[in-house]
Amino acid sequence: MTDNTVDTRRRRFLTGTATVIGGIGAGFVAVPFLSSFQPSARAKAIGAPVEVDISKLEPGQRIIQKWRGKPVWIVRRTPEMIEGLKGFEASALRDPGSDKSAQPAYAKNAWRSENPEYLVLVGVCTHLGCSPSFVPEMDAAGMGNPWKGGFFCPCHGSKFDLAGRVYLGVPAPTNLEVPPYQFLTETRLMIGVDKENAA
Amino acid sequence: MRRVTLFSALVLCCGLAWASTEGPKLLNANVDLGNRAGLQNGAKLFLNYCVSCHSASFMRYNRVAADLGIPEDEVKRSLMFTTDKIGDTMQVAMKGTDAEQWFGIQPPDLSVTARSRGSDWIYSYLLSFYTDPTRPTGVNNPYLPGAAMPHILWELGGTKKAVYHKVKGEDGHESEVLAHLEADKPGRLSEVEFQREMRDLVAFMVYLGEPAKLVRYALGVKVLLFLSVLWVAVYLMKREYWKDVH
Amino acid sequence: MNAITRQLTGLRDWVDDRFPLMKLWNEHLAQYYAPKNFNFWYYFGVLSLVVFVIQILTGIWLVMNYKPDANEAFASVEYIMRDVDWGWLIRYMHSTGASAFFVVVYLHMFRAMLYGSYQKPRELLWILGMLLYLSLMAEAFMGYLLPWGQMSFWGAQVIISLFGAIPVVGEFLSTMIRGDFVVSDITLNRFFSLHVIALPFAIAGLVVLHIIALHEVGSNNPDGVEIKKHKGADGHPLDGIPFHPYYTVKDSVGIVVFLMLFSIVVFFAPEMGGYFLEANNFIPADPLKTPLHIAPVWYFTPFYSILRANTVNFFWLDAKLWGVIFMGLGVMVLFLLPWLDRSPVRSIRYRGKLYKLALGIFVVCFLILGYLGVLPPTPGRTLAAQICTVIYFLFFLLMPVITKLDRTLPVPDRVTH
Repeated sequence: MTDNTVDTRRRRFLTGTATVIGGIGAGFVAVPFLSSFQPSARAKAIGAPVEVDISKLEPGQRIIQKWRGKPVWIVRRTPEMIEGLKGFEASALRDPGSDKSAQPAYAKNAWRSENPEYLVLVGVCTHLGCSPSFVPEMDAAGMGNPWKGGFFCPCHGSKFDLAGRVYLGVPAPTNLEVPPYQFLTETRLMIGVDKENAA
Repeated sequence: MRRVTLFSALVLCCGLAWASTEGPKLLNANVDLGNRAGLQNGAKLFLNYCVSCHSASFMRYNRVAADLGIPEDEVKRSLMFTTDKIGDTMQVAMKGTDAEQWFGIQPPDLSVTARSRGSDWIYSYLLSFYTDPTRPTGVNNPYLPGAAMPHILWELGGTKKAVYHKVKGEDGHESEVLAHLEADKPGRLSEVEFQREMRDLVAFMVYLGEPAKLVRYALGVKVLLFLSVLWVAVYLMKREYWKDVH
Repeated sequence: MNAITRQLTGLRDWVDDRFPLMKLWNEHLAQYYAPKNFNFWYYFGVLSLVVFVIQILTGIWLVMNYKPDANEAFASVEYIMRDVDWGWLIRYMHSTGASAFFVVVYLHMFRAMLYGSYQKPRELLWILGMLLYLSLMAEAFMGYLLPWGQMSFWGAQVIISLFGAIPVVGEFLSTMIRGDFVVSDITLNRFFSLHVIALPFAIAGLVVLHIIALHEVGSNNPDGVEIKKHKGADGHPLDGIPFHPYYTVKDSVGIVVFLMLFSIVVFFAPEMGGYFLEANNFIPADPLKTPLHIAPVWYFTPFYSILRANTVNFFWLDAKLWGVIFMGLGVMVLFLLPWLDRSPVRSIRYRGKLYKLALGIFVVCFLILGYLGVLPPTPGRTLAAQICTVIYFLFFLLMPVITKLDRTLPVPDRVTH
């Protein structure tokens, strides 16, 4: 039997090496299992961008398009509605500048959209996920003062204006999310991918 | 040209000698999945000729684009006929109910045919349609007697006719049995060119049956190399500890 | 000791105060003394465990994407193969693992036959192992229905209708197993539950019992010598070594070699020429069209041969029922090994020539039966299967006589190699 100290050190080294290489192997094996959790090709195909025809959308109206299982609203704002967005932000809105909210760069403005006429929003309340109702009428009953049109979530009472901006004093923490989108033509909108990149 | 035809006919004769139990002898497809150009050609043939009747409902267009290195807009332009979404699966234009009316059977989905029938069978099948006036389609095939499939590729491959010989059965009764096939009217391609196109088509179908086949061999080599290194480490460790044991 | 080691030791002690961690560690690993002469045949126990773990892990992952519905099952398997990232690899690991499980288990069982590991006091260990074997066969059979291909469907149809051959209760039993009058979506769903939940739990439980039973009496060894007979001053068997670190370290080498062979199949030949993944199973199940050539998967073929070898109606039972009876007996007779073997000697190393010859012939017959089972029957092959079936049963029937009469060699007192 050889001297014990040399034995132990060699053993520790060999055991350590084998353990480390084995551990690396275990890591390699984990990769396919963990990766398989990612959205599959089918999920990606179903979640692919959708094209919407907005030629029949009247001013003041909203259409709803399903994208990635969620409702996406396209609202054609009237000049009155666009005017109504101004004037009361600081006092009544939680995030008037959309600093804490989710939107692409081209929607970080007063209308929260690429152009003032068309508003595109993910119609899911940022509180707990219900889909708010469309309340476009000015000074609608029960909506408080001032109401320049917007959205009301029936679940817990959150209110958003016609740019999707959340009011103060309601449970929702941020403005309604704006998805990536682009105008393919004047009457065709593609939701899910914009000029810079895909969603 | 005649020499080539004769040669091909001879090749077909040899290839078609009847095997003992399970039908005629198969021709060798010699598929090479490493030949990317061949696979791309096969994709083109498949999508232009087959998908009008057969679906490949487990394969997505964008997968073919990515795996075979074909740009997505080229796929959209020249290979997609039933949808415009690149992520969609290869569905067939023909309705199933129509198919049953026209052909008596719905053409089977071809996604995994290369795995159930094998590449050699598909290759032999595609090369062996012959004229048979008794069939509603006017053709028959020794690898699938009574097939409802018409000879879609007759333009490319030309037509063939059957040569029979008489065989005396056990009961003394004489019957006509298919001996071999002979080239009849030539198609746009020579027999050799047609065989090459069919090999590309079959190669594509092999890929269709198992897209992972393109990656698993290389990955397997890496895995084995890693395990060899691990083997050395554990073996040295084992040998060291077992010095204690006598 | 540095800070990390101290922390870990502290944690270990905290657990150990509340759970017999160190007691279990010592009793079953660090202080479990196993014979020092384990050879190649002794890898297959731990390899069975490794394959079981592989099947559980890959199985869990497959169930995340598999759909147990007759209309969706086949497509969901192709979905896993194509659309799920790395799904193809997880699927191939599971299909290869199923065959690997049987390779490893058959070799593991053969070790017991070579070295008499079923003899007293290990009869219960053998019985638990046999129960594991039966469970594994049921698990594999049910799992094979899940892809819902032609072989899945028709294989299940044929095997379940075998139960129909049993007089009086047969038809009722078949219907109860199927949950329907033919193999259907209903059958698929219940086989899914049994394959994914019930049998894995049963197998896991049996594995625990199997290892406890082993550790209670101690492991056998290639010389068949009882190592506990000669203990050293420290109370440990002279010919024993603690399982940890010696066998943990040795088994890790065996495991890596196994993984290399496993990987060769998974990456280079997952279909294994149609024996692991059958060509006909790439055709979706069609209740109206039977494939030309139905055969069970390779690991069932020896017993399938025995079933098919029965072609004669005699006494008042027909051949079909005799086939079922002998097929069943072919498996069940293995339970009786501890009592059929009357040899005073455990290991083949010290048995007489008669037994060695008999065992050799048995192995050859078993392999021939297996080979015949994958081929379509012909009169010549049926005759061969009948001869091999007779030999198969003779091996067991004659064993009490052979083992009693055989001239054994003197067994050493201590292990040799």
